[in-house]
Amino acid sequence: MALFWQNVANGLTVGSLYALVAIGYTMVYGILRLINFAHGDIFMMAMYFAFFAISIFYIPWYIAIILVLVATMLLGMLIEKTAYAPIRNAPRISLLISSIGVSYLLENLATVLFTGVPRQFPSIGSLQNSLVIGGVTIQQLAIYTPVVMLILVALLLTLINKTKTGMAMRAVSKDFETAKLMGVNINRTISSTFAIGSMLAAVGAIMWGQKYPQIQPYIGVMPGLKCFIAAVIGGIGNIKGAVVGGLLLGMLEIMIVYAQPGLSGYKDAFAFVALILVLLIRPTGLFGEKVTDKV
Amino acid sequence: MKKTLTLVMALLLTLALVLTGCGGNANGGATPEPVTPTDSGTDPAPVETGDDDVIKVGIFEPLTGANAAGGQMELEGIKVAHSLVGEVLGKKIVLVEMDNKSDDVEAVTAAERLVNSEKVDIVVGSWGSSVCIAAGDTFMNAKVPAIGTSCTNPLVTLDNPYYFRVCYLDDFQGTLLANFAKQEGYKTAAVITDVSDTYAIGLKKYFVDAFGAENIVAEAQFNKGDQDFTAQITSVMAANPEVIFAPSGYAEAGLMMKQAADLGYNILFLGADTWETEVMFEVGGVATENCRFTTFFDADAAPTPESTQFLTAYEAMFGGKPKGAVTALGYDAYMVAIAAIEKAGTTDGEALQKALTELDVTGVTGRCVFDENGDAVKNQAIIKTVQDGGFKYISTVVVD
Repeated sequence: MALFWQNVANGLTVGSLYALVAIGYTMVYGILRLINFAHGDIFMMAMYFAFFAISIFYIPWYIAIILVLVATMLLGMLIEKTAYAPIRNAPRISLLISSIGVSYLLENLATVLFTGVPRQFPSIGSLQNSLVIGGVTIQQLAIYTPVVMLILVALLLTLINKTKTGMAMRAVSKDFETAKLMGVNINRTISSTFAIGSMLAAVGAIMWGQKYPQIQPYIGVMPGLKCFIAAVIGGIGNIKGAVVGGLLLGMLEIMIVYAQPGLSGYKDAFAFVALILVLLIRPTGLFGEKVTDKV
Repeated sequence: MKKTLTLVMALLLTLALVLTGCGGNANGGATPEPVTPTDSGTDPAPVETGDDDVIKVGIFEPLTGANAAGGQMELEGIKVAHSLVGEVLGKKIVLVEMDNKSDDVEAVTAAERLVNSEKVDIVVGSWGSSVCIAAGDTFMNAKVPAIGTSCTNPLVTLDNPYYFRVCYLDDFQGTLLANFAKQEGYKTAAVITDVSDTYAIGLKKYFVDAFGAENIVAEAQFNKGDQDFTAQITSVMAANPEVIFAPSGYAEAGLMMKQAADLGYNILFLGADTWETEVMFEVGGVATENCRFTTFFDADAAPTPESTQFLTAYEAMFGGKPKGAVTALGYDAYMVAIAAIEKAGTTDGEALQKALTELDVTGVTGRCVFDENGDAVKNQAIIKTVQDGGFKYISTVVVD
């Protein structure tokens, strides 16, 4: 029985990491209807920022975290201004392709700047230490990650539903043109959406780095895809859905190995099969709302 | 709107599949990198034919991607050797670096660029067997001999008269590790294999054969580039193995040992030559002190004239000691390539191939004579572990 609970604990840890990154993904989509494929690479850049701040410049971790969040936020806004703003009125698919371009740009830029040799992610506080609870060993991280995630979700929901910026974001997500006519500052709203989305990626990256302390230029590719799947399972655009989707995906991956160790080599394949099934059976995901087209 | 969404989703799905294809190797479709001949200083115009004035040695190594750290270490060894012997047959030697990006598909492209557009005379590399197996036919068809550095899988040289190598093989290494585990008194083992890597799959087979399939109590798999091993570790540990054999890359090994320690398991991990990279203990931390792995060369072992020359030249060029044994293999492979050119007296592929089969040189990692498959006949391996943030020599094992 302890073995079962150990697997549940493992699944929760992986799942809440997925959820943490997926909420950033889903928020940007929810507001701009843009799947930001560069999200995984912004995540990677945040890891490098943390590496340089803590391991190279020896900035104390509590200050470094703030610097990393700000740097990643600026990076997100810069990407929006250079790669997405000029084609804002083009079809959505152009934006999507532009985001793929940004993704490759960041990966190769990181290879040139930081070389392809993996670096070690610095450890923060006592997050990496383990605890034993009733025969189940978990890292402190496994407790902090869901807590951080839930706090962020609560903050995000308050921001979107209760504040003026949030109201502007909702207006932009409903109708671009009308929101503009009503005096909503589109540029600022979109910029802040990207800033928040990138900041969420940075928080995810810091937590992720505690569990998997390895950084290299392509490190964001797999988490990016997995969290995209998590967001789709939950219903892309829906923040609560992303949390549930992330937890479900993490559990699924761990439990499949638990039930069928022989299939452990196909762990990633199961995640993609889950994506295909969701898209076939329920394209709007678990919590996605049906979108009615305006004529 | 819904129609557009469906369309977008369909596109994404295709993209997701494409990305996983290469994403598994942590190398999502990078653009080709410019070729950098290291000695371009004296030779500003790109050499088009090149055959007459210089000799081109192609370096086929993973300089980016999952195995970049390994490729970089071998590249250092090759550069050290090049600094000592920069001329052969009265011609200048030019190194042509080509990145195989730790990826089997990219490896073939890199090999084709080496033989077709760069027209190199001989190739040195690579770290990792998968890329060598993938690119082997390209070298063979172009009749350009390749000297493998640390590609230990038997398939690299099998049925390929143009692929040689200066390292020992996985059947030797796997058997040696199994015997080592038995001698240390371990009776049961679990195996966690990287199923996307030909090297790991081969090594696992030889280990299991030698250790006895009945003594393997649990098995699990993963893919190159995976970061989470908690499920695999938890599932194999349920069978109470005394030791875990994990043929894998260095980064995965580091993460795996760290996660095992985080889960509270104190178990010995066994691995092979790919582990000897600083990244392994940088990623894994103190957890990696609980490991043993085989390797080719140790800077602290009894010196030979060749190893002294290598270590002095390395110190002068990069400072300190080489970070891993594969640096010595890169050095040896280059020296073998030059010895072959000297012996053949020409850069003709067929003549070079013949010269290699008859070659007998002594390198840093021991005597180098190639058998009928093109494999260096080696009879010793070194066992190391990690201690206080560095690699520590345990013993030298000689097999007769």
